[in-house]
Amino acid sequence: MKIVVAVKQVPARDSQLRLAADGRWIDDSELSFEINEPDAYALEEALQLKEKKGGEVIVLCAGPARAATSIREALAKGADRAIHIEEDKLESVDTLGVARLLAKAIEAEKPDLVLTGLQSDDLGYGQTGVVLGELLGLPHATIVMQVELDEAEVRVKRELEGGWFQYVTMPLPAVLTIQSGINKLRYATLMGIKKAKSKPVQNLSIAQLGGLPVPVAERTRVYLPERSKQTELIPGEPREAAAKLVEKLRFEARVI
Amino acid sequence: MSILVVLEGSGSRWHPLSWEALSAGQRLAVESGLPLAAAVIGEAGDAASKQLDHVWTATHPLLAGYTADGYAAAVEQVIQHVKPTLVLFPHTYQVRDFAPKVATRFGQVLASDVIRLRLEDGRPVAVRQLFQGKLTSEVRFSGSGPVFVSIQAGAYRADQSQPGSAAVEAVPITLDPAAIRSRAEEPFREAAGTVDLTAADIIVSVGRGIREKDNIALVEELAQALGGELAASRPICDNGWLPMDRQVGSSGQTVSPKLYVAVGISGAIQHLVGMKGSKTIVAINKDSEAPIFEVADYGIVGDLFEVVPALVAEIRKAKGS
Ligand SMILES: Cc1cc2nc3c(=O)[nH]c(=O)nc-3n(C[C@H](O)[C@H](O)[C@H](O)COP(=O)(O)OP(=O)(O)OC[C@H]3O[C@@H](n4cnc5c(N)ncnc54)[C@H](O)[C@@H]3O)c2cc1C
Repeated sequence: MKIVVAVKQVPARDSQLRLAADGRWIDDSELSFEINEPDAYALEEALQLKEKKGGEVIVLCAGPARAATSIREALAKGADRAIHIEEDKLESVDTLGVARLLAKAIEAEKPDLVLTGLQSDDLGYGQTGVVLGELLGLPHATIVMQVELDEAEVRVKRELEGGWFQYVTMPLPAVLTIQSGINKLRYATLMGIKKAKSKPVQNLSIAQLGGLPVPVAERTRVYLPERSKQTELIPGEPREAAAKLVEKLRFEARVI
Repeated sequence: MSILVVLEGSGSRWHPLSWEALSAGQRLAVESGLPLAAAVIGEAGDAASKQLDHVWTATHPLLAGYTADGYAAAVEQVIQHVKPTLVLFPHTYQVRDFAPKVATRFGQVLASDVIRLRLEDGRPVAVRQLFQGKLTSEVRFSGSGPVFVSIQAGAYRADQSQPGSAAVEAVPITLDPAAIRSRAEEPFREAAGTVDLTAADIIVSVGRGIREKDNIALVEELAQALGGELAASRPICDNGWLPMDRQVGSSGQTVSPKLYVAVGISGAIQHLVGMKGSKTIVAINKDSEAPIFEVADYGIVGDLFEVVPALVAEIRKAKGS
């Protein structure tokens, strides 16, 4: 079983975000970064499938040079090797363009299964996996909460809305987009971190993949949300604020 | 130029977000004077009594149940037949599953989870959130195919969709059974939960700001002091710190209590859809920019580990008196 996991590096959760000078993206010069959370679950699922069925887990990441830290982390957790599509200007490429680059790298590997997170915490388009399936001519399933692998088929539990689920079966190879919470994430061990240093990372340039794709959907402006609702923020030290809030809830909102 | 809204559901059973997407389409049609049509997989039913120029239906034995392959092919064929310049979808889980496929076939990107849509010099501009609501962005489109947009839950109001009457016409659909590669089983719910949050008057909900499982006791104490139910955002249930039947949001329960207290919850859209109908919303969060404050009536910006115990003490004091 050969599994490719596509992971993206995103700003760490709870980062203080500042806008870039050109107003089209964020200023990420002082941020720390991590593996996009649903992608971390996709990686964990791949590692667990490999532990059950044998085979190889290949991490695929498109991102600037700094993404190498996330790639090493994935290798330290147990991925066998990695492909880094190294490019600084990916911010200007749209989802279809990034998926095209990823698809080219995946095609060369001929995997049995492609996993990725269901959406990214930064852009949140939630479609890279589906688009990959279409570009690669493979069946797919989204919002996956369980994976059962057979020789030629995969049966997955898809999350539907409002607490409903559904099992879907499709032939391999297939693309699955993984939902957070599908499994329990592991930490990299010291041994894993040491081993990761000698695991192969193949660097692919955009030129090798046919050049920087021209976007059809362009992010032309980024700004702080306009607040439409006036929240009454209650000031003061915790005790003082708590007392005021309780008074408001009793006599103004009359809910307690 | 024309607008096509792809509705989810058929006959008399519809996804509620369908009417929100329709409302978005109607508003744009009024603003632009563009003709507006809807596409339905199955019977037109209720869609025929909406203010629309046309309802296009796609029926085929292979579309009886949802599959991504079947629906993508059907919607692709409807688009080729109708030739709209703008295609709107409700941003549902099903749309997430097949609409990007359709957009890809037209060389386009689905602008997903869009909160506002307008035309500028006749060209669509889609407004969508980044970083789970912490930033907003505008997206403009080039390329030759139609523009694809899915509308976020709650961004437009279903009750503002206009009634009327529409001509219903079927689009001929050809589907090859071999092209439908997946087999779906019947949807099901996990073993019925013991907690019915929808009946609670007061809900205190805990999010990832709580940091550790053991700290949840702190928030539980607040729930007890208020005489309310304890609930949670998804990551808390994902971690197994609370059972899934206490999860509020798009994949959990939808609640509308008299009082909803969100503790250490950022306010991602998937959480908001489950609780923004609450009568009074209180948010406690250390980040004054957290999107939860967009729906909160009252807020305390501060460290929950200080605010929550103080609140418990004050509530006990007030109730004791
Ligand atoms: C298909 C899909 C379905 C989903 N379904 C759901 C769902 O049903 N329900 C749901 O909730 N989510 C759901 N999600 C996940 C959702 O997108 C968010 O990731 C999730 O709601 C975030 O949870 P949170 O607010 O607890 O965590 P975070 O976003 O990590 O927010 C934590 C908050 O705590 C604050 N904080 C941290 N420390 C403190 C402190 N000491 N004092 C005060 N505040 C503090 C931070 O400022 C931050 O705002 C779904 C996602 C997808 C893609």
